[in-house]
Amino acid sequence: MLAEDIGPKWLDWPWVTDHVDEIRSRLVEHIELTFYAVGIGLLVALPLAVLCIRFRRVYGPTIAVTGVLYTIPALALFALLAPVFGLLSRWTAIVPLVLYTLLILVRNTVTGFESVPPEVKEAAAGMGYSRTRQLWRVELPLALPTIVVGIRIAVVTTIGLVTVTALIGQGGLGSLILDGFNRDFRTPLTVGITLSLALAVVVDLFLVAAVWLVTPWRRTKRSSRRRRDAAAAEAAATTTAGMIGEVG
Amino acid sequence: MGSFFSQVLDFFGNGDNWQGDEGIPTLLRQHLQLTVVSVLAAVLIAVPIGVVLGHVRRGGALAINVANIGRALPALALLILAVQWVGIGEPTGVFAPVVSYPAFIAMFALAIPPILANTYVGVAGVDDDAREAARGMGMNGRQVLGRVELPNAIPLIMAGVRTAAVAVIATATLAAYVDAGGLGRYIVDGFRVQDSVKVFVGGLLVALLAIAVELVLAGAQRGVTSPGLRSRDR
Repeated sequence: MLAEDIGPKWLDWPWVTDHVDEIRSRLVEHIELTFYAVGIGLLVALPLAVLCIRFRRVYGPTIAVTGVLYTIPALALFALLAPVFGLLSRWTAIVPLVLYTLLILVRNTVTGFESVPPEVKEAAAGMGYSRTRQLWRVELPLALPTIVVGIRIAVVTTIGLVTVTALIGQGGLGSLILDGFNRDFRTPLTVGITLSLALAVVVDLFLVAAVWLVTPWRRTKRSSRRRRDAAAAEAAATTTAGMIGEVG
Repeated sequence: MGSFFSQVLDFFGNGDNWQGDEGIPTLLRQHLQLTVVSVLAAVLIAVPIGVVLGHVRRGGALAINVANIGRALPALALLILAVQWVGIGEPTGVFAPVVSYPAFIAMFALAIPPILANTYVGVAGVDDDAREAARGMGMNGRQVLGRVELPNAIPLIMAGVRTAAVAVIATATLAAYVDAGGLGRYIVDGFRVQDSVKVFVGGLLVALLAIAVELVLAGAQRGVTSPGLRSRDR
């Protein structure tokens, strides 16, 4: 079969079976970049959120700064950091990805802790819980679902952004997309897009399942109303991402 | 590092970079034009649909799901799929303001979900007491929409437009990769020839543009918010 005949086809299965190794390593690169970005993002965002809860005055400026970072397009942020880390350094990709997760993670963590009902906190204090123990044993479990909503948004957003790192030579599934585009050969394009969407869906479902497992109290019939409320809040949180600058 | 910044300054000082097809003014104009045209088109389509759905309070799940899918689909993928669909050809005649068909299609598609979802939530989420009070004052459905629901929804609709604009400016940057022009040109070309000065200048210009657009839209949002809502929000 001539090359011109293969080009327009969306899926040339023999190409896929011949390139399993390459596809796998692109997928692994994609997962690694996402994992580092969200992992480091959490390591930075959670302490920052705790700081914001303890010292309320820090919250406004934190949201403002992370909000400005969130406004800057990914490719531009890669470009601004390239002279610092080097054009071909992996950190040129990872640092901006981390910065993008901060706004979502900090905001949802703070919202999660603040939505713990005051009577619950009073009851815990009345039972003799220390401030730290109360934070870990009472407030964190109740805040967890909202925090995980933040992690889910951060992960899905990051998986999408990692495709862009291919433009700065950092691999990932975006390289398959660019490869397909550059060679006018659609199969890698199809494979790259499908896998990045599938990865987002799978990781998202995994996180939903993880929360379901660790929050048994939300599964009882009695709390179905609360779950509905949480779902509504989640929907609102995802749609009002643009309002962030205004809240502070 | 000192010499790096003097090279960056030299780039801005060089007259050649201020004229022609690869000059800053041309690329900036392309970038803004790509952004404004696609966001405006998305507003014209998504706001009326969101308003109608929100007024009758139906299709909320649809509006919000569209928004969630929009976030998962990578902008780069959308852009390159659009190229597969319509090619790279340059628009002429009445379509000339679009700058690039594939870039316009990708940016339009990315701008729809946040505007649609926010418009729906804004209109559908108006306090029932406010609606009932308006009904009680004798307003008909259209008056309730125009005088109560829309003014209450405007801040959220504008927030949706801002979210869309941020996504669109980012996508317009990527559009340089498919020869659609814009300030991403410097970044894409700079990486191709390993010119870190060019890369940095591109990044700086795009970042400043994005922040400037965001500030203008934030100001506009404040401007179109009814005074009665402003004090409550703050």
